[in-house]
Amino acid sequence: MVTVDGTPTGARAGMVPPAPPTPPAPSAPSVLFGEADLRLRPPRNRVDRRAVWCWTLLALVIVGPPVLTLALLTALIPPARLWLGASLALVAVPSAAYVLVMPRWRYRVHRWEVTDHAVYTASGWFWQKWRIAPMSRIQTVDTVRGPLQRLCGVAAVTVTTASAAGPIRIGGLDDTVASDLAEWLSRATEATKGDAT
Amino acid sequence: MNRDEHGWRRLDPKMAAVNLRWLAVPLAPATIGTLWTGGRFDAEFLITLAILTVVFVAITVFDLARCRTTRFRITPERVELRSGVFVRRVRSVPRDRIRSVDLTAHPWHRVLGLSVVRIGTGAAAGSGEDGELVLDAVSHAEAVLLRRELWETRAAALGASGAGDPARRDGVLARWRTGWLRYAPLSVWSVAWVAVAAGAVERVSKIFGVELWKTEFAADVWELFRSVPLWLGITVVLAVVLGVGAVGSLALYAETWWGYRLEREPGGTLRVRRGLLTTRSLSLEERRLRGVELVEPLFLRWGRGARVGALAVGVSTKDNEESTSTALTPPAPRAEAHRIVSEVLRESRPPTAAALRPHPRAALRRRVRLALWWTVPPVLVLALLGLWLTPVLLHLAWISALVLVPVGLAAAADAARALGHALDGHYLVTRYGTGHRRTVALRRDGVIGWTISRSVFQRRAGLLTLAATTAAGEGAYAVRDVPVGVGLGFAEHAVPGLLRPFLETGRPEAAGAGR
Repeated sequence: MVTVDGTPTGARAGMVPPAPPTPPAPSAPSVLFGEADLRLRPPRNRVDRRAVWCWTLLALVIVGPPVLTLALLTALIPPARLWLGASLALVAVPSAAYVLVMPRWRYRVHRWEVTDHAVYTASGWFWQKWRIAPMSRIQTVDTVRGPLQRLCGVAAVTVTTASAAGPIRIGGLDDTVASDLAEWLSRATEATKGDAT
Repeated sequence: MNRDEHGWRRLDPKMAAVNLRWLAVPLAPATIGTLWTGGRFDAEFLITLAILTVVFVAITVFDLARCRTTRFRITPERVELRSGVFVRRVRSVPRDRIRSVDLTAHPWHRVLGLSVVRIGTGAAAGSGEDGELVLDAVSHAEAVLLRRELWETRAAALGASGAGDPARRDGVLARWRTGWLRYAPLSVWSVAWVAVAAGAVERVSKIFGVELWKTEFAADVWELFRSVPLWLGITVVLAVVLGVGAVGSLALYAETWWGYRLEREPGGTLRVRRGLLTTRSLSLEERRLRGVELVEPLFLRWGRGARVGALAVGVSTKDNEESTSTALTPPAPRAEAHRIVSEVLRESRPPTAAALRPHPRAALRRRVRLALWWTVPPVLVLALLGLWLTPVLLHLAWISALVLVPVGLAAAADAARALGHALDGHYLVTRYGTGHRRTVALRRDGVIGWTISRSVFQRRAGLLTLAATTAAGEGAYAVRDVPVGVGLGFAEHAVPGLLRPFLETGRPEAAGAGR
């Protein structure tokens, strides 16, 4: 079995950091470093390389129809070729850039990490998002495989909390890693009590 | 009370009379139409009337059947509701799952001494009917008894343990003052109202075959408008619109909030009672309260007013359905709003009035850039089209430049001034917004995660937007455009230990959030 970061130590690797920092008790005063140089470190694990293909396919599905339509019209209507060709160029160039850039950019950004206390993810490309949910507030854990994802052999794990702001999604995981992660998370959250609100 | 041998009760038989109210919808236009035209109807009017009659007779029959077939029963463990004409539906709620028991009475209920009882279960909140059992309607006396039986005794039993708590302040927290009516017109809706009303009048008169714009009255008004100077005409029209709008919003405010009373019942329930024609009572368990928001829409802010909403678990503050409304106060004086906040939260001083840490100039620059982005291109497009086509557009361009750009810049400056965040005791406080300024005070133990987001522009400016996710209200409340280090430090202080394992110090050029 190969894990997301390529180390052959089983899916559990990477879900717990090598040296778990003991979180201070909530009542203990949180001693902070100077605010000026404080920043988030990226989560430890990258998503599967195949996720790039998945995002590329998704991008193609989005930009494909308008570009193809314009191309077809340009080919079929000779009198309007100048205008149609110009608008085709206007649409096709950003589309191509999107298809080429977005998946690779996302692959650099998308990361995840699960510790004994929290789920931590990074996602996005132009707008980036880091999300943290404590293990004690997790309500449900699901694995999701959409048609595109099945085509690329990847899966997503969605983690919902009681917040209406939407679930945390770890996309682009290897199938096995996703099921192991989901199972591990469900067991970890079963242990916590309360309604997580 | 009428109940059979199994304890099943019926709705009040007077509901039959209430259901007949639907027939007024086709009857009113028929009557008015007869008076107006003297009985000579055109085909369009008759068809409209026929459709109205069929639809509303059907609704009446259906409603009558619904009332006849609805039964409810209260056992020591559960509340059960049986209803349905074609599809029989039995719903049953364990009594310890009941989250609220509220009474509503519309004017037609009040005439006959009836009340609607809504039994909220807290489950599936926001999904409409499934979140509550509705008894529409029983007699007012029975409704009060039901509320006492289902709610007050239970709440009192639950709250008995905390009776010795010196911080508890039961009883009335705030009362209606007629002077608050002055805040009613300070709403954008007062102008929107006029448009809606005018549209409605136009539609309705069309049903009677009257083209409003072609009547003599309209022609006279138009003649009058043309005979006076343009500025006078526009001023008068504006004054009329504003006047009508003010009266309309005044009436709406009075209908919604007259007799307002906010009280805390034993056992920790906040209860709002209000309404002039339709009376409502809305209750909210304090257990589900995670904080409050102080909302100051632009005009209300200019009038030194504000209103307060509750952040309650599972209830969206955007959800304005009457059964789930989270409004704790009407638009009221700001000082009074702050006082109510501290009463509701049981704090000695309101967290919403805490001193907030302002955000850096980079946040202002972002807003100015955004304002210019939205105002300058339209002006340029207008100017270009003007050069190309007609000088009228050119005039339009400079006029809109003179108006739009300063307004946009003022809004940007105001939005930047609004930004602020602080920790105040148990609460995380954030403020943002210009058209609709909100000060949110969220309980720190109600934070169930963080979402940090940055656009490319924010990364270049060294800012981030930090949102505390929560089970209450909208689900996430943001501290917008805060410097990276300040925002992360704030999050770590607000909920110690949650963000800590994922923070590091060092040069920002290294991999990580700076990328």
